[in-house]
Amino acid sequence: MPTPLRVLIAKPGLDGHDRGAKVIARALRDAGMEVIYTGLRQTPEMIAEAALHEDVNAVGLSVLSGAHMALVPRTLELLQGQGQAHVPLLLGGIIPDEDVPALKEMGVAAIFGPGTSTQDVIMAFHQAVAQRPTAG
Amino acid sequence: MPLAAAVLQGDRLALARLLTGIENEDPRGLDALSELYPKGGQADRIGITGPPGCGKSSLVARLAGHIRRHGLRPGTGPVKVAVVAVDPSSPFTGGAILGDRIRMRDLAGDPGVFIRSMASRGALGGLARATFGTVQALDAAGYPVILIETVGAGQAEVEIARTAHTTLVVEAPGMGDDVQAIKAGILEIADILVVNKADLPGAENAIRQLRAALALGYPAPEAPAGVPGWVPEVLPTSALKDTGVPDLIDAIARHLAHLDSSGSRQALERGRARREVDALLEERLVKWFHAKLAEEELQAAVRLVVERRISPQQAVGRLTAELGP
Repeated sequence: MPTPLRVLIAKPGLDGHDRGAKVIARALRDAGMEVIYTGLRQTPEMIAEAALHEDVNAVGLSVLSGAHMALVPRTLELLQGQGQAHVPLLLGGIIPDEDVPALKEMGVAAIFGPGTSTQDVIMAFHQAVAQRPTAG
Repeated sequence: MPLAAAVLQGDRLALARLLTGIENEDPRGLDALSELYPKGGQADRIGITGPPGCGKSSLVARLAGHIRRHGLRPGTGPVKVAVVAVDPSSPFTGGAILGDRIRMRDLAGDPGVFIRSMASRGALGGLARATFGTVQALDAAGYPVILIETVGAGQAEVEIARTAHTTLVVEAPGMGDDVQAIKAGILEIADILVVNKADLPGAENAIRQLRAALALGYPAPEAPAGVPGWVPEVLPTSALKDTGVPDLIDAIARHLAHLDSSGSRQALERGRARREVDALLEERLVKWFHAKLAEEELQAAVRLVVERRISPQQAVGRLTAELGP
């Protein structure tokens, strides 16, 4: 069996539930990935720390609260600051179309709205990791 | 900078990458581990096992928090803590959900805590095959206390007792008759029995049952002849309410002191080293043999077994005959 991808699925901010994140975590697991899931109400600092300890291949954030324009750049900045600029960040949740270009510009590898199929999410993780292989 | 040197300088990203390399059996990671191995041997390894849902992760978080504030052994003061938490891999897809960090959020933001999640990757026994290598790397990296949390365990997950210096078996009240069922396995590996969720009804009953079971006798492994063995203790905790943790820490420190004074620690290390070498040898030999063996030859032998013309034992006898006695 090939070496499994290790991915972090995290929920930053104050969202009240994590159903979507759990569906994604489960789908990635069923696709053979090792999914580190850290639960609700994570700060970008907590997410970056987990990404560091766990040396993940990718980070997936789920944001429903509308705070993505603050949480995403902060998380990216922390990842870069700790030498993990190569780790792709993927974003799901309620993301208005008008924010997408700015988020992509910041370096978000993929953005998923409600109704995205889990197959597409799995493929996006594989592609994001393949395009930005682990440094070092 | 070479990986091992970076790890020794306290570079946590280098440490994280080393752990990935060890887990994936990447030659670069394994070489770095070999380089670091002589630096290890200082850390106290505490194993935490028990059935799923008994509160292992929450208790680990409490223990780590306490050790970060007060230390583990008397008089050392606060020390750095590493946590290795193992969760099961799916036997079908190889995937895993590693969720132990959820219960450990209180430890976030403390640079003196390093938490690594591992999937069991098909290993039985409650740990992953690379868990011991991971622990060795954390030891060499300067974490004097390493907490190792197993997969939610039943009766056969005794590997932790051969890896940890002190093994905690965690139970929860209300598992009532289940306690009976797993007693045999538990009593054999527990240095300390913890009844967690002691804020729930039934805790006193569980404690009484376990103490009664211990009174019937317990093994005192590893202690050389003439040295009094360790008497397992039964302690209540509530990870939720944060009660009982200081007493548990004291008991762990007592057990570690007992290992030192009785010579059991060296015996444990010898046993562990032997097992590790045996396991790696076995793995290497199997790989080597598979590389030598033609796949068709193996398939032909399996076919004969399916047709019941030879037994599996005879098949292996034929396949290995050329290797000599």
